[in-house]
Amino acid sequence: MLSGYWESVITFAGINVLMGLSLYVPMSAGLISLGQAGFMAIGAYLSAYLTKLGVPFPLAMAAGALAAGIVGLIVGAPALRIRGIYIMILTLGFGEIVRVFFLNFTPTGGALGYSGIQPLTEFYWVLTACAIALVAVWRLRHSRMGRAMIAIHEDDLAAEAMGINLMTVKLFAFSFGAVIAGVAGAFYAHQTLYIDAQQFDFARSATTFLYVVLGGPANPLGPVLGAVLVTILPETLRVVQDWRMTFFGGLLVIAAIWRPDGLLKPLHSYR
Amino acid sequence: MTALLVADAISKRFGGYLALADVGVQIRAGDIHALIGPNGAGKTTLFNIISGVAVPTAGRIAFQGQDYTGRRADQVLAMGVARNFQHVRLFPGLSIVENVMIGCHARMGSLLQELLSYVRLEPRAERDARDRALEVINFVGLQGRIAMLPGELTLVDQRRLEIARALASGPQLLLLDEPAAGMNPSEVNQLDTLIRQIRDSGITVLLVEHHTRLVMAVADRVTVLSAGRVIADGPPSIIQRDEAVITAYLGDSQ
Ligand SMILES: Nc1ncnc2c1ncn2[C@@H]1O[C@H](COP(=O)(O)OP(=O)(O)OP(=O)(O)O)[C@@H](O)[C@H]1O
Ligand SMILES: [Mg+2]
Repeated sequence: MLSGYWESVITFAGINVLMGLSLYVPMSAGLISLGQAGFMAIGAYLSAYLTKLGVPFPLAMAAGALAAGIVGLIVGAPALRIRGIYIMILTLGFGEIVRVFFLNFTPTGGALGYSGIQPLTEFYWVLTACAIALVAVWRLRHSRMGRAMIAIHEDDLAAEAMGINLMTVKLFAFSFGAVIAGVAGAFYAHQTLYIDAQQFDFARSATTFLYVVLGGPANPLGPVLGAVLVTILPETLRVVQDWRMTFFGGLLVIAAIWRPDGLLKPLHSYR
Repeated sequence: MTALLVADAISKRFGGYLALADVGVQIRAGDIHALIGPNGAGKTTLFNIISGVAVPTAGRIAFQGQDYTGRRADQVLAMGVARNFQHVRLFPGLSIVENVMIGCHARMGSLLQELLSYVRLEPRAERDARDRALEVINFVGLQGRIAMLPGELTLVDQRRLEIARALASGPQLLLLDEPAAGMNPSEVNQLDTLIRQIRDSGITVLLVEHHTRLVMAVADRVTVLSAGRVIADGPPSIIQRDEAVITAYLGDSQ
């Protein structure tokens, strides 16, 4: 059996894999979000609040994911009119709004943080969720919606001229990603047992972005590999742990030069 | 005979520049209708307006008697008007078959069905779309290329693929913007045959082309645009002898 230590490492890696997939989905439609931590926070706080009331964990998780998905629709709506870097600014602002909200929202602890959450996260359930999310994202790639997302990403004018409703597809992408982040948040809250607003800051959104660009933003396995590497490496190599951000910064620079498509090549280039 | 498409008094202004001035065009169902004119005449601009990619500054546009001015491009496609692009715009990250399947999306039903098919493991709509895509790929003569990526095709084959993608949407009106560009004489002959086959399958074609010989051979009717105005409209035999057209576009070589 795995030691408790490794179980916890794998759990966090799995949560990060979910976060990576949550960003992969909107990114494959060309929507780069720098606010995924905001969706994660919504899933974390709401599910923790509900389990404290005695709601069963799966139900609380579903509620957290649903709430994140609905907020995803609201955040996605203005994103329909803007592109590229402005979407990044918009989502960055969203992430900060959520953080500040929970910092001041006293029913869930406010600045003191939210403690006393029950330890309900089992590492095999996290792995199961990762597997389900990965299969869903993989199947999405070979569905009408997934193709439409790629088409929009590559040429939205041609996509619209070929009958694709840009609004439906972009909102779906944003919202589906947010749902996955909400699930990750629920697992996270019931693993750390104490959450505060700072755990869902910009650094977390930026690290999520790192998983995807490092692993490969055009291959569903890319964010999985990225998240696992970034989570496990500091645990196994002491040096990496001390120089964490420097190491990943360097890794990103090297990746940008040698592997601009990420470690894993786009899916369509494997034939 | 009622017209399939009526563009009435269309104007398009880009800043201070009037690209289209009071343009009227009627396209009869079943015709191969050519739109010719010198560079910068406004042909592509008119295409963009007909396909919903651009909104006219003034004027109305109607399809099968129904005004659709100002509709989005995806709504116009769903109505039955599909197009290619003068400067090819394929989706390089999708396979050749997938590019054509994008065209099939318009016929794949509602979003609810989409989500249901997504849950099912072998969605029928998906298989049907693939079959249809392969059929259309055969039709345009690209069946030998389906293992390639769009970016690996020659420009001529990329144009064919764009035509296939447009055809996959099952249009009633197909807009072709300079499909013969870059083609050698034998390829132009193949295109001639293809355009006639498309028309014979019941699809009305609006063709923008600088290849005068092709136009005069396939077109039932020709509209000539120059500096944003219609200067002539009629059957090819008349257009070829029209003084204004010869001066503005065809030149002495005709
Ligand atoms: N988006 C735009 N903004 C400003 N001017 C434009 C725009 N699109 C087209 N124009 C101008 O409008 C005029 C008509 O352009 P259009 O592309 O419709 O010509 P065309 O008849 O298709 O020419 P060609 O045979 O070279 O393709 C040109 O002078 C062009 O520069
Ligand atoms: Mg043009």
